[in-house]
Amino acid sequence: MPLPADTDVSIPKYLRDKYAIVGIGETTYTRGSGKTTRALGTWALRNAAADAGIKTSDIDGMLSYSNNDSTSATFMAGDIGARLNFYMDCIGGGSSTEALIGIAIGVMEAGLCNCVALFRAMNGFSQVRIGGTGARSAVPINGDMLHNRAYGWQSAGQMFSPSFMRYMYEYGTTPEQVAMVKVVHSEHASNNPKAYYKKRYTVDDVLSSRMICKPLHLLDCCVETDNATAIIITRADRARDMRHTPALIRGIVGRCNKPRMDMHYQTGPIERVAAYYAKDILWPNAGVGPEDIDATGAYDAFTFTSMLQLEDYGFCKKGEGGDYVSSGITRLGGRRPNNTSGGHLCEGYTHGMNMVIENVRQLRHDIDDSCPMGPDGKRQHTYDYREGGCRQVKDIEVTANLGWASPGTTSGMVMRRG
Amino acid sequence: MAIQGNYMGMSLTIDDLDKENLTYFRHCADHAFHLQKCDDCSLLRYPPTTGCPWCASPNATWTAVEGKGEVHSYEEVHQAIQPAFKGHTPYIVLVVDLDTQKGQPSTDEALRVVGNLTTPDGVLASPELVRQVGIGTRVRMVFADVTDGLSLPQWTIDTGATQPVKPWRYPLE
Repeated sequence: MPLPADTDVSIPKYLRDKYAIVGIGETTYTRGSGKTTRALGTWALRNAAADAGIKTSDIDGMLSYSNNDSTSATFMAGDIGARLNFYMDCIGGGSSTEALIGIAIGVMEAGLCNCVALFRAMNGFSQVRIGGTGARSAVPINGDMLHNRAYGWQSAGQMFSPSFMRYMYEYGTTPEQVAMVKVVHSEHASNNPKAYYKKRYTVDDVLSSRMICKPLHLLDCCVETDNATAIIITRADRARDMRHTPALIRGIVGRCNKPRMDMHYQTGPIERVAAYYAKDILWPNAGVGPEDIDATGAYDAFTFTSMLQLEDYGFCKKGEGGDYVSSGITRLGGRRPNNTSGGHLCEGYTHGMNMVIENVRQLRHDIDDSCPMGPDGKRQHTYDYREGGCRQVKDIEVTANLGWASPGTTSGMVMRRG
Repeated sequence: MAIQGNYMGMSLTIDDLDKENLTYFRHCADHAFHLQKCDDCSLLRYPPTTGCPWCASPNATWTAVEGKGEVHSYEEVHQAIQPAFKGHTPYIVLVVDLDTQKGQPSTDEALRVVGNLTTPDGVLASPELVRQVGIGTRVRMVFADVTDGLSLPQWTIDTGATQPVKPWRYPLE
């Protein structure tokens, strides 16, 4: 049900910039971690606390998301010596990060706790494969699942592809334009020493890779990796005492949907994604618009997902997504780089959290590339974006993360440099 | 009563509490496609639900619906994820606009019924047949029988209909 036009859904203005991401932590992005999700999660949480310059026992709230492929906060908390005043483990993958940051702000504002750690731990390659192959593929098919799985229509790529195909039909977008998403993100990944795939790819590489589910070639699809990521959120006034420049949270939209989440194809246009609805919450909440954003983290589970979200969040006109992603705008050195880490297509897959981590580092002006270390312990960025070089966006002030669960569900978040 | 059947090597079950799906697939087993029609706003809906997506009424009547329509979108699966389909690639998943209720209650809405492309007797189509179908192809519903009380609706090319000269297909072919 659409909100009446005169409804003010914006975050109260006093909440803008009141909370900040102060700590970020990752494990390596790998295949075959040789560790449980519990060990991966506590590794990332310890890194996040160290990054913030706090003790893990300072964490008193915890949030996580998974699809029953992770370990609950109940185990993580004890392993890092934290006594929690609040925790919640949620079901979900993509689009959870931004939505749960919104929940973290809410529970802190309500006085339930003071310092929330959010984690995602997964063996997305060696245990529960994110592409849907392996054990996940052959589960018994029951009830509502008969309307999709019985037709061999079940993995993420398979469930989304009718939207992608109809988009190309409606707007004449070419496979070459879409492939540029992978090309650009691979350029970024080549400047990211921790990316799983650091190789630069060409349009021909993408289009000559084997077809998985037309219109998706292998290189239109993200990488499956084993890893954990964590972020720590607290009030901005506390953030001033911590190690790094805080990434202030300007505004959020969380798990916003198209009608008919049970099968969004019933409501057209089927190439329209949930960002169409979410933009009217995110931008008023943040008090900024697409033109104010210096870098985006548009979820790239597939090349198409970045493009469609950038379009429906309003970074270009409807139907011009192909031009936008192939114009150079989204490249490092362009007006508004997208997924400077290489994203899910190249860096690793953690259901969106690594894209938030990347933008936090960008806003600190302290991206972890190969630029030389200065006497102050910070990298001396060259802004030379050639292969193996810099990936810091110059003078960046405001970022947007655009999360994706499906064409029918999105979350978004705007952050600014504190 | 619960239903369990085997289709192409997949185990398909419907629990005894799941009245909506039991009724939907029982009509399919009779080779008579039915959808729930809202008793209050008269709109049909797909797939089965416990309430009307437009007016929230829980009251509906199963109503016969003609299984004819046009391909709204499609995908062609070359790497099967579902093990049962591994020997059948490339296969196609169709999202079909039914003629009934197309453009209602708003312009971009339609009853979009999912299925594979099959032969007229409900057997998964060959790769040669798959290549002939695209956006705009006219199709008619057929049924793949699984067990008593359970058949799956599928789509086959409607040879009796006027077909587009060239249905729209993915560009690089």
